[in-house]
Amino acid sequence: MELVCPAGGLPALKAAVDNGADWVYLGLRDDTNARNFPGLNFDQDALAEGLVYAHARGRKVLVAINTYPQASSWTRWTGAVDRIARLGADAAIVADPGLMGYARRAHPALELHLSVQGSATSHEAINFFHEHFGVKRAVLPRVLSLAQVEAIVRRTPVEIEVFGFGGLCVMVEGRCALSAWACGESPNTGGACSPARAVRWQEMSAGLESRLNGILIDRYAPGERAAYPTVCKGRFAADGESYYVFEEPASLNTLELLPQFLAVGVRAVKIEGRQRSPAYVAQVTRVWREAIDSLEKNFAVKPEWSAQLARHAEGSQCTLGAFSRPWK
Amino acid sequence: MRIALGPLQYYWPRSSVFSFYEEVAASAADIVYLGEVVCSRRHELEFEDWMEIGGALAAARKEVVISTQALTESEGDLKLVRRAVANGVFRVEANDMGAVRMLQGTAGWVAGPHLNVYNGETLGLLARLGAARWVAPVEATRTMVSDTLAACAAAVEAEIFAHGRLPLAFSARCFTARRFNLQKESCDYRCIEFPDGMLLQTRESRPFLAVNGVQTQSAGVYSLIGELPELRAAGVGIVRISPQSGDTPGLLRAWRAACDGELAAADARAALAAAAPGAFCNGFWHARPGLEAA
Repeated sequence: MELVCPAGGLPALKAAVDNGADWVYLGLRDDTNARNFPGLNFDQDALAEGLVYAHARGRKVLVAINTYPQASSWTRWTGAVDRIARLGADAAIVADPGLMGYARRAHPALELHLSVQGSATSHEAINFFHEHFGVKRAVLPRVLSLAQVEAIVRRTPVEIEVFGFGGLCVMVEGRCALSAWACGESPNTGGACSPARAVRWQEMSAGLESRLNGILIDRYAPGERAAYPTVCKGRFAADGESYYVFEEPASLNTLELLPQFLAVGVRAVKIEGRQRSPAYVAQVTRVWREAIDSLEKNFAVKPEWSAQLARHAEGSQCTLGAFSRPWK
Repeated sequence: MRIALGPLQYYWPRSSVFSFYEEVAASAADIVYLGEVVCSRRHELEFEDWMEIGGALAAARKEVVISTQALTESEGDLKLVRRAVANGVFRVEANDMGAVRMLQGTAGWVAGPHLNVYNGETLGLLARLGAARWVAPVEATRTMVSDTLAACAAAVEAEIFAHGRLPLAFSARCFTARRFNLQKESCDYRCIEFPDGMLLQTRESRPFLAVNGVQTQSAGVYSLIGELPELRAAGVGIVRISPQSGDTPGLLRAWRAACDGELAAADARAALAAAAPGAFCNGFWHARPGLEAA
């Protein structure tokens, strides 16, 4: 099983490589990728240097060009595909069928992975991308149970990659316009959910408030741990009760499911967090490397692994997410 | 401009659904989309019931389209999509690439709003696979719609979600069940109690979203009733009206009159506001946050 780790910049890329990532995934410094945050991502020189660093150590680099281009900016996306193919990236992560068609025609040797933003939750959808564009690997949205993942693996020639650790989308990726609805910033087209420019934190007499484009997303009592105000992590009132309407803020941590991933034929595990620090990347990568390497022996989750990962969990809580479906 | 009645997003009692579509048969709608698009656990109507309603609407000279679920997770979900695709009588709306795979090579299907078609390249691909109509994503802007159509080599009809609570997001989780501390698999079908979805307000009592099972909608009613000239100029030929609990036939009537130039936009808006479940907004079309009103 392969380990796929995030990099928001060169130091994180090196941390991922040094600590045992098989693949490092990253984005270019614009809206062609789904983590389009200020100060994050790779310009051409950094990408070239990162590729040299990873390749010299036998690791691969994936570039996410996984937002949806529009006619007015089409050439920015095709230009990104051209650039990474020329620089020697090992694969592109793409969601838009039109852009995949372009990549296939212009760079037939460039390996294509279907982004989680492509919202493919069935073997029928994944095989569509395989038949038309030769997609080699698909990243599954974080909404499927383990049994559903297994059913997909059995019915597709495409390698399956799942998210193993990190921030958690409650909604199907690529099928969520909540950020666009609230603040105009669309993950699908602009590459950002709840961008920092639209977020305001205010200490009020009623408590600490988080707002997105002026909309109250949550209010915290003293001592309560605050979460970043994405709409799906907010507290709202429904039918007379205020609560986390969608889900309590929590991080995905599937370390204990690793043997099952292996058994059902999952090809790769992905760590979320291109927006996180090099220290996060180093520590999380190291734990997951050690865990994957111990799969061939008597696998057991070590307490120190859990302790290290828990330090990076949002809201200090961990969940198995849709894989185990406690809410089913 | 043709008027389409979109698929029913909500879970209504069986008798309400049948009487609703009896009224629709006599309404101003040109096109009617049918079928369960949100949750496969809902069972007030079976597939055969939708086909029967389709037959009655076709006899009333409506164009009938069988729509399909946006989020398919299981083999059971896929079976429902295959059944819709193989219905043999009516055209089909695909809301997932899995459905597109089943439909490719047949002619006349509809590329639904949840397919993420944002550019002419993708639309051209779907047209080559047999799509005859494109329903723009809910967050579509005026520029995106006109540019996509201009960049698409094939002739494709363009439809846009023009009135109703917007379907903004889908999840594997059921948020209606969660509200009542119920598991999804034993949800008691509580969404049947919310014929326009369950309103979510911020803790400052501002209406924000609406929960409809696994789907999250806007609390505000997205309405492009004031944008008809712009819609035409962008190349939109069909406006989609979403079913609501209050006076949908009246809604369709007002839209028909506005489209035919018999009712001014301001008067149409006033007529529509009476039965609307929320305040009007139109931000997406104007490249602003969806909940804003330009």
